[in-house]
Amino acid sequence: MKILVCVKQIQDPEIAPGLFKVDEASNSVVAVPGIAQVISPYDEQAIEAALRIKEKTPEAKVVVITLGAASARDVLKHGLSMGADEAVLVEGPKNGSADGFVTASVLSEAIKKLAPFDLILTGRQSADLDAGVVACGLAELLGIPSVNFAKSVDVSDGNVVVDRVLDNGFEKIQVQLPALVTVSNEMGPARKPNLRETMKASRKPMQSWPQNDVNKDAGASQELIRLYVPIKEKHCEIIGGTSAGETAQMLVRKLRDGRLI
Amino acid sequence: MSALRVLVLAESSATEATPISLEQVALARKLAEPSGGQVSAIVLGPRSSDVDRQLISGGADKVYAAEESISYDPDVWVATISHLVSETSAGVVIFGHTSSGSDLAPRLAFRLSGSIATNCENAAIENGMIVATRVCYGGKARSVLRLSRNPAIITLRPGSLTPLAPDTSRVGETKSISANTEKARSKLLERKQEDVRGLRLETAKVVIGGGRGLGGPEGFKLLEQLASKLGAVVGASRVACDLGWCPPSMQIGLTGKTITPDLYIAVGISGASQHMAGCAGAKTIVAINSDAKAPIFADASIGIVGDYKELLPKILDEIQRLNS
Ligand SMILES: Cc1cc2nc3c(=O)[nH]c(=O)nc-3n(C[C@H](O)[C@H](O)[C@H](O)COP(=O)(O)OP(=O)(O)OC[C@H]3O[C@@H](n4cnc5c(N)ncnc54)[C@H](O)[C@@H]3O)c2cc1C
Repeated sequence: MKILVCVKQIQDPEIAPGLFKVDEASNSVVAVPGIAQVISPYDEQAIEAALRIKEKTPEAKVVVITLGAASARDVLKHGLSMGADEAVLVEGPKNGSADGFVTASVLSEAIKKLAPFDLILTGRQSADLDAGVVACGLAELLGIPSVNFAKSVDVSDGNVVVDRVLDNGFEKIQVQLPALVTVSNEMGPARKPNLRETMKASRKPMQSWPQNDVNKDAGASQELIRLYVPIKEKHCEIIGGTSAGETAQMLVRKLRDGRLI
Repeated sequence: MSALRVLVLAESSATEATPISLEQVALARKLAEPSGGQVSAIVLGPRSSDVDRQLISGGADKVYAAEESISYDPDVWVATISHLVSETSAGVVIFGHTSSGSDLAPRLAFRLSGSIATNCENAAIENGMIVATRVCYGGKARSVLRLSRNPAIITLRPGSLTPLAPDTSRVGETKSISANTEKARSKLLERKQEDVRGLRLETAKVVIGGGRGLGGPEGFKLLEQLASKLGAVVGASRVACDLGWCPPSMQIGLTGKTITPDLYIAVGISGASQHMAGCAGAKTIVAINSDAKAPIFADASIGIVGDYKELLPKILDEIQRLNS
């Protein structure tokens, strides 16, 4: 069994709001000095899902694949150190393309070169653009079924069974392999790279494919006109008395006066 | 410009359209109106004529409805919607940014080779093209995209727009459509949905949210007590859900619920952008946090720096005292 996991390198999504800056002239995010780029957390959880399947099906081979600049090798190494078997870098712009059609089209061509495969796993959305478009697009372009927002993924008898998260509950879905599944945070924390796999990682195969070898023409579907940080106009009034009781009284009175309670 | 046809995927219970569906219809109206275009809603789940009337008085000209509710299956739903898009030559399709909307919209975009912007707050027409403003970078930024291919597909974040005031004099027709089931590829083994009657996070006037600062599930009991006094609904940060203190359906934020209450009381929540993306529409935010430097104080209008364990019992007492 071959499991492909699509991952993306991004700016750390949990940096303090004050550190996040945009250069409006070039419509791009300003890199924060001293803060390393990371693997998008949902994608890391997709690797986790793949490795959980591999634990039950030891002959399964897990291949991590990314579209990005040379720096994106770091997220591939991260995957290999978690326990993935092979990695492929499809060379492209730093942090991939912002157009989901372009990304899906390039990745689908790369994935065709890796065929045959049984399962494609990826995060529900990249934690920078937060679009959630590439995965389903990839499945559409490859003509395979897809299931979104997995909490758990199990493979048996040529099928994949997914517990997927809904707005107000869960559903259990079965589809035939080959298929694509996107992973949500409900999957639970991803394992940390371990010493044994990290030692092995440098000897695991890592290929690098120039994007032109993969796909020459991926037409744009959209144009970025503006990227900006919305201005907050709130002013916070801090209230506090000499005791918790007094503070509580001040708050409740204030809310009452404002007819909020 | 030729008359623009806009299609909205409306979600509803058997008796009521969801609030986000009416926001979608309002946006559709805004986009269609200048060219004298038309707004249609498509309802594939449970519905009744009440739902049709609500959508029409909210701005729809036509409702395409499945005679019998079609069980949710993305392949079947997308095939059915895609057929209608072609048949009606819709130039824009608006989904809610809900679990089904975000499941369906990208599939439809690729099936029709259109353009897509998810997680949008608003959209407009400029030079005959759709320009959409979407939330990105975990809520820290907005991007404005020109969608250059047809149809333009959008998912709208709940709470972004105000639905139109219902106009019961509006007339519209309901047309029945049938499901395109031949495309089904998945098998539903089980579905567990919480009962969403009664108070819901999405529509509550008062919401109390708890985060990691509560220290454990017991803290949520205190929030429930306060909620029952205030007629409020309790929500949570993602960390509190991920730690198993409460179910994922209580998550507020970018990938959770979007709330728009008059009052949101955030307790032991630091105020990460991904959380604030789900509650920025609250009219008044009260933050209770032991760390004076917590980012939540930049978004709140009333703040208390202190330990919730000391404050909440006193707040409960005080409300009790005022009520008696
Ligand atoms: C891709 C992505 C998507 C995400 N989506 C969401 C989302 O939809 N919703 C969401 O909420 N998060 C989301 N997050 C997570 C988000 O970035 C934060 O990690 C999370 O919101 C923090 O939760 P918290 O505020 O409960 O915990 P923390 O950040 O740990 O904050 C706890 C706070 O409690 C305070 N505290 C501690 N003890 C007390 C006490 N006794 N009394 C009062 N205050 C106390 C602390 O001072 C601290 O400020 C997402 C993250 C990523 C990367």
